[in-house]
Amino acid sequence: MMNCKQATQMMSQSQDRPLIWQERIKLRFHLLMCNGCNNYNRHLRIISKTMKQLRDRF
Amino acid sequence: MVVNPQPSENNDQAQKPDAEQISDLRQQMIRFATLQLRDPTLAEDVTHDAINAALSPGKFSGKGSLKSWVFAILRNKIIDIIRERSRHPTVSFTEDNDSDLDDQFDEKGHWNKTQKPANWGHPETGFANKQFWTVFEACLTQLPENTARVFMMREHLGLEIKEICDELSISESNCWVIMHRARMRLRMCLENNFIQGNFLQAED
Repeated sequence: MMNCKQATQMMSQSQDRPLIWQERIKLRFHLLMCNGCNNYNRHLRIISKTMKQLRDRF
Repeated sequence: MVVNPQPSENNDQAQKPDAEQISDLRQQMIRFATLQLRDPTLAEDVTHDAINAALSPGKFSGKGSLKSWVFAILRNKIIDIIRERSRHPTVSFTEDNDSDLDDQFDEKGHWNKTQKPANWGHPETGFANKQFWTVFEACLTQLPENTARVFMMREHLGLEIKEICDELSISESNCWVIMHRARMRLRMCLENNFIQGNFLQAED
């Protein structure tokens, strides 16, 4: 079972490389049950979107 | 190393850039370079070099956007500086202290109750909001230097992980770890400040 600490690492890495299917399944399973990590996942997307906005300002 | 010019608004209609246009561009370039290099004097120097290189006779064809052209040159010059610095042994990627990141989790690796990520609602609707950007940029500048360097190379200069590893001579897995710490630290800072600033609509 993946814990929250490992899930946060996976969520970050998914923005830098394609996860392998075992990782994707473990992460998805964890996210089904974990509210905190679901919020974390949304926050990472917001950060990535915001960085893109910042780039596009130049 | 080749970095393609970022697409930008094609509003540089004039074939010959005038002084006002250059001065405006210069300010934007200094801001762009400062975000990556965290050194306003160095940012001014590299901007100066990039403008000189861009406007040296026969370089700018007048086709396309002047802005894309000078920014592509600026990006490459910034990467040269980073590469040069990373050759010096003073650069270390282990000096950033991460114990506060580990403190978010209990011994089983689950969120500590008080540290569990909250529901932010949709703070990105604040893109037009000055306070949102003030908080965001303040949190960026609070990242430890080495973490920030890698994060900004990825998210500000738009480099791929592979390119960052090559430029800094670090492994891909090391790069992933640094990116993870950067995002985690940035997230923590945003949450603390958004909540303190009553920026979030409480949803659950």
